[in-house]
Amino acid sequence: MPENKNISKNPEVFKKTLTDLFENNYDLIMRNSSGKIQTLRQKAFESFKQNGFPGKKNENWRFTNLDPLFRNDYVIDLETKFQNKDVNKIFTCDVYDLDTYCITLINGWFVYNNSPITQLEDGTIIGSLYKATEIYPEIVEKYLGSLAKLNEPGFVPINTAFMQDGLFIYVPDNVKVEKAVQVINIVDSKNPVFLQPRNLVIAGKNSRLALIHCDHTLTHNISFTNTVSEVILHENAYVDHYKVQNKGQNSSLITSLFFKQEKNSKLLNNAITLNGGFTRNQVDLSITDSNCTADLNGLYLVDGEQHVDNQVFVDHIAPNSLSNQLYKGVLDDKASGVFSGKVLVRRDSQETQAYQNNKNILLTDEAKVNTQPFLEIYADDVKCSHGATVGQLDPNAMFYLRSRGICERTARQLLMFAFAGEIVDKISVPPLRDNISKLVEKRLKGELSICDQCILNCSSNEPRFIQNIVE
Amino acid sequence: MLTIKNLNVSVEGKPILNGLNLEVKEGEVHAIMGPNGSGKSTLASVIAGRDYFNIEQGEVTYMGKNLLDIPPEVRAKEGIFLGFQYPVEIPGVSMTNFMRTAINEIRKHQGLKPLSGADFLKLIEEKKKLVKIESKLTNRSVNEGFSGGEKKKNEIFQMALLEPKLAVLDETDSGLDIDALKVVAKGVNTLRKEDNATILITHYQRLLDYIIPDFVHVLYDGKIVKSGNKELAHELEEKGYNWITKEIQAE
Repeated sequence: MPENKNISKNPEVFKKTLTDLFENNYDLIMRNSSGKIQTLRQKAFESFKQNGFPGKKNENWRFTNLDPLFRNDYVIDLETKFQNKDVNKIFTCDVYDLDTYCITLINGWFVYNNSPITQLEDGTIIGSLYKATEIYPEIVEKYLGSLAKLNEPGFVPINTAFMQDGLFIYVPDNVKVEKAVQVINIVDSKNPVFLQPRNLVIAGKNSRLALIHCDHTLTHNISFTNTVSEVILHENAYVDHYKVQNKGQNSSLITSLFFKQEKNSKLLNNAITLNGGFTRNQVDLSITDSNCTADLNGLYLVDGEQHVDNQVFVDHIAPNSLSNQLYKGVLDDKASGVFSGKVLVRRDSQETQAYQNNKNILLTDEAKVNTQPFLEIYADDVKCSHGATVGQLDPNAMFYLRSRGICERTARQLLMFAFAGEIVDKISVPPLRDNISKLVEKRLKGELSICDQCILNCSSNEPRFIQNIVE
Repeated sequence: MLTIKNLNVSVEGKPILNGLNLEVKEGEVHAIMGPNGSGKSTLASVIAGRDYFNIEQGEVTYMGKNLLDIPPEVRAKEGIFLGFQYPVEIPGVSMTNFMRTAINEIRKHQGLKPLSGADFLKLIEEKKKLVKIESKLTNRSVNEGFSGGEKKKNEIFQMALLEPKLAVLDETDSGLDIDALKVVAKGVNTLRKEDNATILITHYQRLLDYIIPDFVHVLYDGKIVKSGNKELAHELEEKGYNWITKEIQAE
């Protein structure tokens, strides 16, 4: 049976359930994989079988407790669940209401109107990874698994072993994709699901692509999404990649994002976490040639008992490139945050410029953040810096605002919005920037619920707020 | 309008104001002068509602209300304005958003409808002229990257927009060249009306050549030790603060 209930309770039981599931459903899992991908899955499976889940002893997981995730009975569905329906009937997105190629994944499976995969006039292929594996095996085989690291315990191997569907984009050389591609990941299930969406994005030489990834939940039920994305930037490619996360308190999300940059390529990555019970964003970037620039930004606004963890690893394998990390967070109530940014500058990577900065505002005594900016440098001619701050809102600025008649609450919101604005301003697509800015403003005013964009009108446990934006 | 009686204020156990008395009526301009460390800025901050002071004793009444019970934003809504000695830079908050929020919160307090965007912009342009601010403020963060003179002009600009009943200007003249000083003085004089009042806190007599005060007070060691008319300022300028010190010690 493809469905398996009552897994977990602790990591060992969860591991056993997953390994049994893999072994008992081997043919089903492998059904559309070529020999090469079968080998990849098998390798990932062996890694997971050997290493299991990460624990607190693992340096990258020191401050993030996985135990609550193991307490649930998840369902893993291995059957094909393509859906052919009109997405607009269940969900409208506030994030980007302009002309985009909009793609929706429900529970990790592609939802389509006409065809699960489309080739545009300029040659760009956008569609389901599952379908791409059948139609474009030579492309998928070449790139799938080429970046994702299987040697670490946990979630990347699990995803690689069980992956079924997700987003596939191939931009041919010299093609500039005019419209941004927007992917909306929706989790909608009555049962607690454990999902493994897998995305593969290839930007050819001299190509241009803007990709917006939105994570939402439509229910207040328990869910656990474990996404892995691989994004390859060939020579002189320019990719903007945005992540917007607005998920329910009962949802857990681990995203592992692998980038590879070739010569002269340019990457802008921006991860914005507005809500989420448990969120971990891992960014792993390999800069493999010279003259690359990478801007890696993040913003997290969390409250209640939400936990958000950003892990960034930049590997400067080649000389003369620039990477810049700026992550900012506002943590309220009992929320907790982690930032770990590591930059490795290898011996021959001379004239590398690598900067990292993490700034946090804690609004209560109970909110906390663990921050670890970290540089490991083996080249001698480099410019690198790292820094981290954890503080409160500036009392002088608060008084200045209040002395002009602005109430304490609004003054706090203005300052928090200004703090967050530095990240929002880095969004290079102006209409997207404006919309994100509005969402951030609503979030900081406590007016953004995960129900905002949902028109299901379910009997929500979350209070609905009346919008009242100060003019 | 404002009555201060026997005000004693300390910071971290250290007494700053020691039995200060002051009475300000509508239509008056008071200058408060005094040497460094005499408590001038503390007085300004206490009136505006800064909270890191300990009020040990005394009372401050404004328009018949006990001012000390009122949070700073409500004081502002009731018409109190502090021109900061060191205006605060707030990166990421635009001047226009700041002032629009402030004006509309004050209007709400007064039972008025918020200003429309167009009316607000008209008001901004009008008041900018008053203090000769030429730059576009729309995209500039509050005081960020402003020169010393611009910051002080910006304080008067805000005062012009908010039209306070009682303005306390804390060393608004310090660090200004003569042209900027004239601009600031012109702003203050233009805003002077029969039903509002101004407290000018200053080191030097220079500002008082341009803004003629009704009263001049000398603050020394936390209390007002001498009061007079504008001639007192000239006398101070000539004789220096030592004159006052000696006079007090002689008593």
